Amino acid sequence: MNRRQFITLSAAGALLGASAHTAPAQTVKTSASIVIIGAGAAGTSLANRLVRRLDGAKITIVDPSERHLYQPGLSLVAAGLKPADYVVSSTAHWLPDGIDWIAEAATEIDPEARTVTTSGGQTVRYDFLVVAPGLVLDHDAIEGFSLDMVGENGIGALYAGPDHAARTWAAASKFTEEGGVGVFTRPATEMKCAGAPLKHTFLIDDIARTNGNAGKTEIIYANNSQALFGVPIVAEKVRMLFQDRGIAPALSHVLKRVDAGRRIATFDTPEGEKELGYDYLHVIPPQRAPDVVRQSGLSWADKWTDQGWVEVDMQTLRHLRYPDVFALGDVAGVPKGKTAASVKWQVPVVEDHLVAAIAGSEGTASYNGYTSCPMITRVGRAMLVEFDYQNNLVPSFPGIIAPLEELWISWLMKELALKPTYNAMLRGEA
Amino acid sequence: MKDLTFGTMIAVFEEMFGRGLFWFLVVAAVVITLAYIYVLIRDRSVSMKKFLWAQLSMPFGAVAAVALVLWVTKSSLSDLGGPIDVIIFLGIAALGAVGLSILVYTAGSLIAPPERSEG
Repeated sequence: MNRRQFITLSAAGALLGASAHTAPAQTVKTSASIVIIGAGAAGTSLANRLVRRLDGAKITIVDPSERHLYQPGLSLVAAGLKPADYVVSSTAHWLPDGIDWIAEAATEIDPEARTVTTSGGQTVRYDFLVVAPGLVLDHDAIEGFSLDMVGENGIGALYAGPDHAARTWAAASKFTEEGGVGVFTRPATEMKCAGAPLKHTFLIDDIARTNGNAGKTEIIYANNSQALFGVPIVAEKVRMLFQDRGIAPALSHVLKRVDAGRRIATFDTPEGEKELGYDYLHVIPPQRAPDVVRQSGLSWADKWTDQGWVEVDMQTLRHLRYPDVFALGDVAGVPKGKTAASVKWQVPVVEDHLVAAIAGSEGTASYNGYTSCPMITRVGRAMLVEFDYQNNLVPSFPGIIAPLEELWISWLMKELALKPTYNAMLRGEA
Repeated sequence: MKDLTFGTMIAVFEEMFGRGLFWFLVVAAVVITLAYIYVLIRDRSVSMKKFLWAQLSMPFGAVAAVALVLWVTKSSLSDLGGPIDVIIFLGIAALGAVGLSILVYTAGSLIAPPERSEG
C-alpha cells in the first residue's frame, strides 16, 4: 500500500462513519397550522421531529423563555457537583429552522375557537395544538416561605432553577460541614421527577459522611404519604437504603409553614400539625399546571382538581374531548411521566398520532407510562429505576444493569451519557 | 433506552464530545489503526523489540484510562458496586492498554523503520 492509497482508505472510513446518521422519515405534505405551547424538552423535541415529517406545515412554538434549562442537572448543581451554567443553554439554539417562535407567554387557549392568545396580544389559530408548557412551582402555598430565602438560614429549594440550585448548595454545603438536623421534604401534589427529593437527601448525607461529619448530622426525610416512592418495589428499596444510612423517614408529613427566624418547619400530618426544628431545610413546593391551562377548560374536571393537569388519553396523550389537542411532559394528566426520560418516550407517540391525523389515518404508537430516574444514592453510585403505568420495572438493560442495585455504571451514565442523550432528544435524534 | 440504534449512538456521542472533537477522535482512531496495519504490512514481520516496548506500555495505558474515567466522573474505586461495574472497569483498562500499545508500536515503527537487513 502506498501513501496515497492509505489516505484514501482512511477518508473512506471516516465517510462511512459520517453516513451513519438517521435516514429521513417519510414526509407528509400539508398546510396545517400546528401550535406548540412550550419550548422545553417536549416542545423542542417535537418541533424538531415534526419539521422532518411534515412538508409545508406552519409550526409555531410559543415560549417566553430565552433560556433552555436541562432540569435533570439541577440536583447535581444543588450538590455542588456541577456549576449553575451546566443546566443553561439558549432556547433558540435548539429550535429548528422554518418554524415561528413567538417569545411570549401563552395567556389564553380557546379550544372551541382553536386559538391561542399570547402576552403580546397576538392571536394564533391552530389546526392542532400541543400543550407542553411544563408546570409551575407554587412556592406561595408554603406559608412564611419565599424564594429570596434560598441559600441563607439553612434553606434550599433546588427545583426553582439554576441560580436557586446553586444557592441551595451554598446552604447545604454549610450543613455538610457544620452538621445539625437536615429536613428534606416533598409535596403532596404530583411532581416532576419524584426521585429528585430522594437524590438530594442521599447526596447531602453522602457528602456530610465524606466530610467526616456523619456523627454530627441527623437526617429526616419528610414524605407526603406512607410510601417513600410511588412504585411499591422501589419504595421498599428506598426504605432499606434509609435504614442502612440512618436516614429517618417522617411519613405523611406535608410541609405547610416555615419559620426561618426560629428554624422551625411545620407539617400537616394525619394527627394534626407537627413541628420539626432544622439546621437545613429542603423545600419542594406543590406543583400545578400553569394558569393558562387551568383556565382553558382542558384540565380534568374530576381528577387532580387542585392541580389542573390536561385531560388526555393515557396511551395516546390526545385530549379526550378535543381530538385536535395533545399534551406532553409535566402538564399531561397521566399518572406517571413527569421526567425528561418520559418525554423521550412520549414525543414519538404524539408525533405519530399528529402526523397520522394530518394524513387522514389513525396513529398506532402508544405510551406505556415509561418513567425513569437514575437515582443517585451517593457520589459515584446510582440505581437505574425505570417503571411504567402498572408499576412494573422495565429495565433498559435487563440482565446487564440490575434495576435496584447501587452501581457505578448507573452513575457513569448519569455523569457522561444523560445530558448528551437529552440534547440529542432535543434535536429529535434520540 | 428507546430505539438504541447506531444513528442514536452517533448523535449521543456527538453531543458528548462536541461534533468536531468526536469525529476528530474517530478519525484519529481510524488513522492510528490503519497506520498500525500499514507498518505491519510494510515490515512483513513484527519487530520483537518494538513489541516489547508496546507490551511494557500497556500497564500505563490501563492505569491512565481508568484514572481519566474516574477523574472525569468524580468517582473512586470504592464505587464499584456489582459485577457489571467490574466488567466495565476491566474493559476501560483493557482499552487503555491495547490502545496505548498500538500507539507505541506504530509510532516506534514509523519513527525508526527496521533496517533493510532486518527484513
